[in-house]
Amino acid sequence: MIKDAFLQVSGVYKAYGEGESRQEVLRGMDFSVRKGEFCVLLGPSGSGKSTLLNIIGGIDQADRGYIAINGDKLEDLDEKGLTRYRRKHLGYVFQLYNLIPNLNVKENIEVGAYLSEHPLDIDELLQTLGLYEHRHKLPNQLSGGQQQRTSIGRALVKNPDILLCDEPTGALDYNTSKEILKLMEDVNQKYGNTVIMVTHNEVIAKMADHAIRLRDGVVRSESYNEQKLNAAELEW
Amino acid sequence: MSKTNANRTGNSLLRTGAVWLILAAALAAMFLIALGVGSSGYSLKEILHALGQAEPANTTERNIRIIVTQLRLPRALLALLVGSCLSVAGALLQSVMRNPLADPGTIGVSAGAGTAAITILLLFPHLSYSVPLFAFLGAALACLLIYLLAWKGGVDPVRIILSGVAVNSVLGGYNAFLQLQNSDNLQGVLGFMNGSLAGRSWQEVRVMAVYAAAGLLLALCCIKNANALQLGDEMAKNLGIRVNGARVALSAVSAFLAAATVSEVGMIGFVGLVAPHIARMLVGSNYKILIPTCILTGSLMVLLADTLGRTVWPGTEIPVGIVMSVTGGPFFLYMLRKRGNFRGN
Repeated sequence: MIKDAFLQVSGVYKAYGEGESRQEVLRGMDFSVRKGEFCVLLGPSGSGKSTLLNIIGGIDQADRGYIAINGDKLEDLDEKGLTRYRRKHLGYVFQLYNLIPNLNVKENIEVGAYLSEHPLDIDELLQTLGLYEHRHKLPNQLSGGQQQRTSIGRALVKNPDILLCDEPTGALDYNTSKEILKLMEDVNQKYGNTVIMVTHNEVIAKMADHAIRLRDGVVRSESYNEQKLNAAELEW
Repeated sequence: MSKTNANRTGNSLLRTGAVWLILAAALAAMFLIALGVGSSGYSLKEILHALGQAEPANTTERNIRIIVTQLRLPRALLALLVGSCLSVAGALLQSVMRNPLADPGTIGVSAGAGTAAITILLLFPHLSYSVPLFAFLGAALACLLIYLLAWKGGVDPVRIILSGVAVNSVLGGYNAFLQLQNSDNLQGVLGFMNGSLAGRSWQEVRVMAVYAAAGLLLALCCIKNANALQLGDEMAKNLGIRVNGARVALSAVSAFLAAATVSEVGMIGFVGLVAPHIARMLVGSNYKILIPTCILTGSLMVLLADTLGRTVWPGTEIPVGIVMSVTGGPFFLYMLRKRGNFRGN
């Protein structure tokens, strides 16, 4: 376990189902992430990536083991505490954008801003996201990349400590995926949020500070990038 | 891209301002028309004179002043308050249910108030002066019962709707049975069931104004949660919303607004469904803008319906509840067919 860990995942087990249909998804997951780190969780389908993300997000609970943020264990929080934790510390980006169809770009991002005591300036954020010119457009008037930028904006506007991203480029084409990765890289550098990104695309590990490879519910290997690539340099 | 959506790309603030201005102007015009028309028609000059003068100069002016200030003015103001409350109640419930077809009837407000009022009017007629109080309590209890039945580690919109169907059905059956048993004594009941502003005075306006001020202020406090609930449970939870708490709080405010209205003027259908829809078509679903727009559309709709009801058939007054049902039904069907063309859908 690293000394200056911000996020600690310690001995996490999770199973679903009962009896013969019982399936162990996480089987003793251990790793730590530093503050401000760009961390990528890699693994094939069924390796437990999304389950782990849900447990880190306080949406699901571990059967054994614990998750700690800044030393505070999630298992010690009641439902109210977990809500406050999600509101204050977490921003989510999913493969599907989950935008409200009849709110425009700015209004969709404002939904996240309402919940924060210290939200980012929305107009400045729209500029960073490259969405300022599109701020009055509805989601169905945007490309997939622009919709994903909007959902990133909604997660980011709360100025969360941790940005949890579940396959954020999964529904996008090659060029748009690279644009979104570049945006995530810029956001990580500009706002200093810890980014934890789940993906099955091995190449993305090259732009991360920290890559964790999962298989069958356990960590198979971990690596830190001394010389990471820019998102623009990635090829796959 | 639909035409409605394309329009939205312009300056949304300007558009919202223009919509509010047009609705406010239409409401002001409708208000003056409501004061002027009726069994005795008055010109704008006569209305303004009646509203402004300190002492009437003669009997004719005195009569005009009494009709305008003691009969039509409180009735028109009551229409504005009732329309605002029902419209905002519907808008909040549509966010709770994530269903644009939800209205206060869904959570049993109408059936609960109806049951309480019918019980008092038919079985305890000596308590008929307290119908508003019992109607309010009946509405609140029916709403509470539906939420208790729907609760299973939280409240799910589908379970609320299904519990609402069941409770509404039972209460509806009870109401029908009582009416059948007392079919020769239904005058007061029919007045309540069909919602009417006839004969309402400044006393009702004052009571309704207090309810409306409290309820609408609470509704304004619900804007953030109403917007976030549109994301769906999982996303709202991820953003840090207490989904169950938000849903119960919004429902409680909605029930309060609708129950207050039903207790004062009886049951008026379709306002809570149609007025938020018109507002949504005009300004979209951002509750920060939608709620004030709902206040305008709901007020305008009830004032228009009430004015039509007392003028369209000279010598007979059609209760506003019946006018709303007759006009709201076809509009509802129109909306169902046109739904795909609404902003963002």
